[in-house]
Amino acid sequence: MSENLLEVRNLKKYFPITAGLLRRTVGHVKAVDDVSFTVRTGETLGIVGESGCGKSTTGRMIMRVLEPTSGEIVFDGQDITKLRGKELRAVRPKFQMVFQDPYASLNPKMGIEEIIAEPLIVNGVNRKQATERVIHLLERVGLRADDRNRYPHEFSGGQRQRIGIARALALNPKLIVADEAVSALDVSIQSQILNLMMDLKKEFNLSYIFISHNLAVVRHISDRVGVMYLGHMVELADKRSLYADPRHPYTEALLSAAPEPKRQGRRERIILQGDVPSPANPPKGCPFHTRCPKVMDICKVERPALKQVAPNHLVACHLYN
Amino acid sequence: MAEPLLAIKNLKTYFISKDAEVRAVDGIDIEVQPRQVVCIVGESGCGKSMTSLSIMRLVPKPKGKIVDGEIWFNGRDLLKLSEDEMTDVRGNEISMIFQEPMTALNPVLTIGEQITEVLLRHRKMTKRQALAKAIEMLQFVGVPRASEIVHEYPHQLSGGMRQRVMIAMAMVCEPKLLIADEPTTALDVTIQAQVLELMKKMREDFNTSIILITHDLGVVADMADHVVVMYAGQVVESTDADSLFAEPTHPYTKGLLASIPSLEEEKDVLYSIPGTVPDAAAFPKGCRFADRCPIAQPSCREKMPELREVKPGHLVRCDLV
Ligand SMILES: Nc1ncnc2c1ncn2[C@@H]1O[C@H](COP(=O)(O)OP(=O)(O)O)[C@@H](O)[C@H]1O
Ligand SMILES: Nc1ncnc2c1ncn2[C@@H]1O[C@H](COP(=O)(O)OP(=O)(O)O)[C@@H](O)[C@H]1O
Ligand code: SF4
Ligand code: SF4
Ligand SMILES: [Mg+2]
Ligand SMILES: [Mg+2]
Repeated sequence: MSENLLEVRNLKKYFPITAGLLRRTVGHVKAVDDVSFTVRTGETLGIVGESGCGKSTTGRMIMRVLEPTSGEIVFDGQDITKLRGKELRAVRPKFQMVFQDPYASLNPKMGIEEIIAEPLIVNGVNRKQATERVIHLLERVGLRADDRNRYPHEFSGGQRQRIGIARALALNPKLIVADEAVSALDVSIQSQILNLMMDLKKEFNLSYIFISHNLAVVRHISDRVGVMYLGHMVELADKRSLYADPRHPYTEALLSAAPEPKRQGRRERIILQGDVPSPANPPKGCPFHTRCPKVMDICKVERPALKQVAPNHLVACHLYN
Repeated sequence: MAEPLLAIKNLKTYFISKDAEVRAVDGIDIEVQPRQVVCIVGESGCGKSMTSLSIMRLVPKPKGKIVDGEIWFNGRDLLKLSEDEMTDVRGNEISMIFQEPMTALNPVLTIGEQITEVLLRHRKMTKRQALAKAIEMLQFVGVPRASEIVHEYPHQLSGGMRQRVMIAMAMVCEPKLLIADEPTTALDVTIQAQVLELMKKMREDFNTSIILITHDLGVVADMADHVVVMYAGQVVESTDADSLFAEPTHPYTKGLLASIPSLEEEKDVLYSIPGTVPDAAAFPKGCRFADRCPIAQPSCREKMPELREVKPGHLVRCDLV
């Protein structure tokens, strides 16, 4: 339980902004800017933050579908940052992704069997074994064996998400990155999928990176949670510690803004002013200083480092220096 | 109780085509008192948007039809008004805002042109007066640089700002009723908090009644005076907000509340409502929730339960509670 399945070190992704006929680079979108964290075997790490803060970009770099600008990704003891071709294909089955809109990631012209079997066939499993595996997976995610002969459009949103999960499981991965996997679903279906994912995790000994903008969902499924803001990890802690005792002013505001479905004992809401600044032109110093209710002079010039302030609780904020 | 501002009686809105009759709204009764915030909550497809479009008489033609019912607003049945009379009501006495502001904003007109257009249609004003009023309204809803933004186009603004512009446009004639259909669903939580705060201010300063449509019970708890829970085109529970959260009574309402993960407490296993909503073109006989209900009895499938008063002011459509 304590060994690290994934180590992410100083990961950065700067997307170039080009202009003019020659498409000269005139600046960069700093989508992910020096992010480090680990995922232990069997653990679920939640990543929360508002849209554009770099969650998906982080996930896609770990999946090796997006080239990092710099930094290292160590998976299962192996540095996979620079792997190419055959070497990369050899490790790929070990990490898989589940998306928000499974429909967009499922080829509408392919039947369900083909969709789920594709990664198996590519990896040299024969037809007959592949079909057996597809049936097993479908039943395991709550669909029927017969469903393999149908097409994506014949399924509801929740069922499609089950198909996406079955496909991700096909090659026995160790890590699944779920990017807003339940965000488009109604709450009654959302809880079906969350329960399924938690059961599968135990059964297949999986680790998850669970990316979502929904703080309550992340609390439910995660062991530890990281909070991102404008490409930075601003707080990273055990979930109990993070939700009971948020230290970063942004985490505090985020938690207070999310409405709980209850009338009694509601928390005081911290209303942040303004919008998130553009990652093409991020503020100097602390990325949150333009909206922070507790901003100090030093925040405008010096970037706070992510530091341990309590057991298993890291925060990047000058208030804790 | 005072005379309601809006009283919907036995409203039925269907989509009728050669081979199907989709009963989107199937006999609902809803009342809205002056200055009251009524939330309509339920999962996708249960008829929330068609209810609001019916009030505005904007049901998609030609298939969509209001086939029965009355909508009393301020002493008149809106369903009996001529198209011209209805045009005077829309944007003036009743306004609507949407999840996606671009459905309400015209991309080729400046912000100023769109807001003054509403004023010039409904109020005796010069263009100059209308522009001054538009700027004043934009300032009121918290748009910075309002006197410059009136000359800009919708695509130049952030999502949160567009939402504010749409609210300014909806509120500029100080309507008696604002219908907000999932106005914060696409927004990040910190921006959602700003918009919800703004809607409260609207009610305070203009005495506007609000119908707030949402699938988020957290938003309901934050905003509602009265709550209407819809399922499969019908009202299944209707009561004041405190009772709804203290004593949710319909099995569907209870199931929804139990399915939501909490920010504040650990839930080991989430309840999940099995199955999915029935097809609106082929509702089953009897109770429409029976296939998903944990306490269903054979009798539930025989006879449609009536909406009945289980406590003063607390209506529930279930025979077994
Ligand atoms: N391919 C790309 N080119 C340029 N900018 C991008 C690209 N992908 C993402 N971005 C930008 O990077 C930032 C982070 O995006 P993303 O990782 O998708 O955020 P999140 O998933 O947290 O919403 C955003 O500002 C986004 O616009
Ligand atoms: N243009 C349309 N044609 C046919 N059916 C429609 C149309 N729009 C909505 N419906 C159906 O009407 C029902 C209610 O839809 P809607 O009011 O949009 O639900 P909600 O807003 O609660 O998600 C659904 O079953 C939906 O499929
Ligand atoms: S470093 Fe300063 S600006 Fe940043 S979160 Fe802490 S107090 Fe606020
Ligand atoms: S009438 Fe029967 S099936 Fe319907 S909600 Fe009540 S108990 Fe459940
Ligand atoms: Mg994303
Ligand atoms: Mg709707």
